[in-house]
Amino acid sequence: MAELAKFWEMIWPELGRGLVVTLRLSAGSLLIGLLIGFPIALMRVYGTRWMKALATGYVDAVRGTPLLVQLFFIYYGLADPTINQLLVNLGLPEGFLVLEKITAAYLALGCNSGAYQAEYFRGALQAIDAGQMIAARALGLNRLQAIRYIIIPQALRLVIAPWSNEVAYMVKYTSVVYIIAVQDLFGETRRIMSAHYNQMTMLPFVGMIYLVIVLLITWGMGRVEKQFHIPGLQIDVERV
Amino acid sequence: MTKPIIRIKGLHKSYGELEVIKGIDLEVVKGEVLVIIGPSGTGKSTLLRCINLLSSPDKGQIWVDGDEVTAPHTDINKIRAKVGMVFQDFNLFTHMTALDNVMIGPSKVKGMSKEEARELALFELERVGLVEKADAYPGQLSGGQKQRVAIARALAMSPKVMLFDEPTSALDPELIGEVLEVMKKLAREHMTMLVVTHEMGFAKEVSNRILFMEDGNIIEEGTPQQLFYNPREQRTKEFLGKITELYGEEG
Ligand SMILES: Nc1ncnc2c1ncn2[C@@H]1O[C@H](COP(=O)(O)OP(=O)(O)O)[C@@H](O)[C@H]1O
Ligand SMILES: [Mg+2]
Repeated sequence: MAELAKFWEMIWPELGRGLVVTLRLSAGSLLIGLLIGFPIALMRVYGTRWMKALATGYVDAVRGTPLLVQLFFIYYGLADPTINQLLVNLGLPEGFLVLEKITAAYLALGCNSGAYQAEYFRGALQAIDAGQMIAARALGLNRLQAIRYIIIPQALRLVIAPWSNEVAYMVKYTSVVYIIAVQDLFGETRRIMSAHYNQMTMLPFVGMIYLVIVLLITWGMGRVEKQFHIPGLQIDVERV
Repeated sequence: MTKPIIRIKGLHKSYGELEVIKGIDLEVVKGEVLVIIGPSGTGKSTLLRCINLLSSPDKGQIWVDGDEVTAPHTDINKIRAKVGMVFQDFNLFTHMTALDNVMIGPSKVKGMSKEEARELALFELERVGLVEKADAYPGQLSGGQKQRVAIARALAMSPKVMLFDEPTSALDPELIGEVLEVMKKLAREHMTMLVVTHEMGFAKEVSNRILFMEDGNIIEEGTPQQLFYNPREQRTKEFLGKITELYGEEG
């Protein structure tokens, strides 16, 4: 018991720091993903032909390539001297796209999540019965008003369930950033393990931490969904 | 002669290769209740939808309350605000209470203040006998109640004319009566109405004129008396016979 307490005391400062990084990274990337994904979904469903093509291209490119490739591209690829020179020639400051590790992590995870969130939002938008738009237009609402007052409020409610999956995925996926030496929960874990050779204790323990976070999120999002529930408005978005 | 609220001249409409409306002329005067009957797939819904440009006509002209709908650069939304529409499957806004469903038109299209729109919405719900359901969501209402809220939603825009596209076809038989009652009340209040329906009881009792459509054309029109008891066309007779068999005298 005393030994365990001592071990805990030893690892907690580092692990706690890592946990904060993981939580921030998850929240920040989800937010970036939301800011990318929602407009992309709107473009894909309601945009002009060009907007649709652009949005579809983005979603396909991101979903069709490994997250690690995207992370390396943003961290190492953009820091490439040729690109740097190109940017300087364009009048941008020296090293404009040479990113901090943590910035690259936010961007890579955020852009990646954006594509998946776009798909969730698109599914929700398309799940709304076409009669809703027709009734709104028949009433005299213009297209933008119909989207804003009729379609989006329903889609946002429908998207809560699939979106909470994305939250849980994100918390777990953040662990890939250890590979560019960001000291998140898993980065710190690796450091502790290499100093103490205690992977058989650390890995299950850290796994439990991830699990608890994911369970808390699932529970919390379930509450949110209940909070916004409207009788009669419940289409299983994942099915469409 | 009374001023026509709806005037249609030489209307044609195709979906791709399929010609759905094949040259229709029609006038509906103020306060008139026009019932449109005909087999399914003959363009009844399309005809109604051309009037408020939910479908855009290929050829011909349409006037609503003196304004030419089909003129280039018409403000579609202004015209739609004058034309109430009631759908077969209600299409109430699922995420809004009955009250909000009725309020949204006046407040967002007409720019009415929240309080004014609320008062108006309560008045319209009262008119269809559902003021006590103001806070219910569509998912908590019966089909008949949904359709009555949908009628209130259309009425809240003070339309010049109401278009009903098979308003009772999706309802269980025991719920049809309450919707027809509301429509009869509107007719008594001299609302101009175009009603696509199979409810022959309603047609006989309420309509001033019945129009029999088939295959994109108006085959015959006349008073209920003429059409039911003395139809000119064999096709009209056959159709009315079939309808009566299917839905009964009272619809
Ligand atoms: N948006 C559309 N696109 C293609 N075809 C349509 C569309 N709307 C209706 N149609 C076709 O036009 C014909 C007439 O339809 P409709 O006006 O709904 O007839 P009704 O209301 O008399 O049953 C049908 O054959 C139908 O399949
Ligand atoms: Mg129809």
